[in-house]
Amino acid sequence: MKKRNMKKFLIPALTFAFAGITAGCSSSGGGENGEVIVYNWGEYIDPETLEQFEEETGIKVIYDEFETNEIMYPKVESGAASYDVVCPSDYMISKMIDHDMLAEINFDNIPNARDNIGAQYYEQSKDFDPENKYSIPYCWGTVGILYNKTMVDEPITKWAQLWDEKYADNILMQDSVRDAFMVAEKLNGFSMNTVDPAQLETAKNALIEQKPLVQAYVIDQVRDKMIGNEAAIGVIYSGEAIYTQRENPDLEYVIPEEGTNVWIDSWVILKDAPNKENAEKFINFMCRGDIAVKNFEYITYSTPNDAARELIEDEDIKNSETAFPDLSQYPNLETYVYLGEDGDALYNELWKEVKSN
Amino acid sequence: MTSEKSKWLSTPYVAWSIMFILIPLCMIFYYGLTDKSGAFTLENVAAIASAEHAKALWLSLLLSLISTLVCFLLAYPLAMILANLQVNQHSFIILIFILPMWMNFLLRTLAWQTLLEKNGVINSVLSFLHLPNINIINTPCAIVLGMVYNFLPFMVLPLYNALSKIDENVINASRDLGAGSIYTFFRITLPLSVPGIISGITMVFVPALTTFVISTILGGSKILLIGNVIEQEFTQASNWHLGSGLSIVLMIFIILNMITSAVFDKEGTGLI
Repeated sequence: MKKRNMKKFLIPALTFAFAGITAGCSSSGGGENGEVIVYNWGEYIDPETLEQFEEETGIKVIYDEFETNEIMYPKVESGAASYDVVCPSDYMISKMIDHDMLAEINFDNIPNARDNIGAQYYEQSKDFDPENKYSIPYCWGTVGILYNKTMVDEPITKWAQLWDEKYADNILMQDSVRDAFMVAEKLNGFSMNTVDPAQLETAKNALIEQKPLVQAYVIDQVRDKMIGNEAAIGVIYSGEAIYTQRENPDLEYVIPEEGTNVWIDSWVILKDAPNKENAEKFINFMCRGDIAVKNFEYITYSTPNDAARELIEDEDIKNSETAFPDLSQYPNLETYVYLGEDGDALYNELWKEVKSN
Repeated sequence: MTSEKSKWLSTPYVAWSIMFILIPLCMIFYYGLTDKSGAFTLENVAAIASAEHAKALWLSLLLSLISTLVCFLLAYPLAMILANLQVNQHSFIILIFILPMWMNFLLRTLAWQTLLEKNGVINSVLSFLHLPNINIINTPCAIVLGMVYNFLPFMVLPLYNALSKIDENVINASRDLGAGSIYTFFRITLPLSVPGIISGITMVFVPALTTFVISTILGGSKILLIGNVIEQEFTQASNWHLGSGLSIVLMIFIILNMITSAVFDKEGTGLI
């Protein structure tokens, strides 16, 4: 669930404007061994690894980026552009499985995925891909609290402290429906996948109650604001936490006591992919230890690739509780699942009520 | 012969308009007036009446009206000064006003965020001088500031254009006949500059009404404008039908504004 830069605003516009053009361009050309069309999150790969793949295999990579799962989905579904490999998040993968859009993966052709990706990540993936048939984990992480040690009186350990009035105007919340509701749901001990109207009403009221204390609802800017001491507490993805701590040593990342979201972004191959074999080769390459470690160092999001973790040179990062938390120690961790159209609509409706209040 | 030639020359523009204006517009109407199954419905347009949407629309109208008014009050005196300057001087001042527009709009808005933040540039300077800090970031004030800053040139240029076209002799005649400068301004200058005023108002009001970037960046996403609602329907909620329906409602306001300007600006003098 990668959300890094200000492209959030530009990408949708550009995507709409150029969807037709890029689709037209992508059908021409190709390397000596054909091509593979990849659709990934923005800034979610080390570009060098793409070049290396092209050199080693002679397969041309046509690379396209999206900024949210919701922007990616209609483009893939409509078939306006034909992709081979996509990297959606957990709940979106379950939606794509529901709509029969994904091809079953033949692990014999992707040995690195079997050998290098840790078993626990396949286990966690079962929440959205029950038989591990369709997806291969690429990046994962938790959603937690980043706080500035110099700006709080006591260590922050739980979501409830985001409702503490002494941090008024010092709290940054995530500006996305599921993540914002997840915080309020965990606070009240609900599942983050609940569609029970009464529970959602409680969560909504908690968010409305919190709103006067919130400095801003942000996505990417949480990094810069926390680095710049603009707020004491921010809700953030663990992958961003490593980067912000490098820039500002006063920052501390915690997984809240009440539990939180564990998310996984995974490679999938589309059912009507035009270059299935090349897609398998591409995923196999990305699962290679030396390539995965390159990507980890570039994007700082936790890798599920055990071989890559062994190759990390910095011992602090390799054993970092932020980058590689021992998930068995934290209770109430959950992964988002697809809530169905009605569930999504209900969440969006309630979120608008929070925002317009 | 000439008509044949001009037809041929206009082909790229016609193709451009069809591809990037007409087709997208038709798609908005298609999505806005159908539901998920493709059946005709007015529900998406009527959704503007729901509490959250109406509130967002009302807030957008209010903030864009305030911004337009502030822009007008700032731009009119400036345009008058410019219109009275020597040719080489005024082109320099206009250049200064246009210069920021060479930078990306997003970057300029982000720069304002950096300036206005709690530990931002302005507050650091104020603290250094032991003056009280200003805390307008993430409030409607910051959004209005962002709108005024970004759209002010669009008000200055048509006003300047209209004012510089006023014949000097008309004003001299008025003074000759004994009118004071205030009376001359309200009876001669102001009425003659109406086309410029209307054009300036349109060019500020329309983008201010539909913006979602300024309210996200400077309002901390705490203030929901109608532009934000529509953006979220597309990027987060995947509900293109509702997003398009609300866009149609917004178009009504924009068309109303354009009709007004067409009525007042029959000769097109206000246009640059």
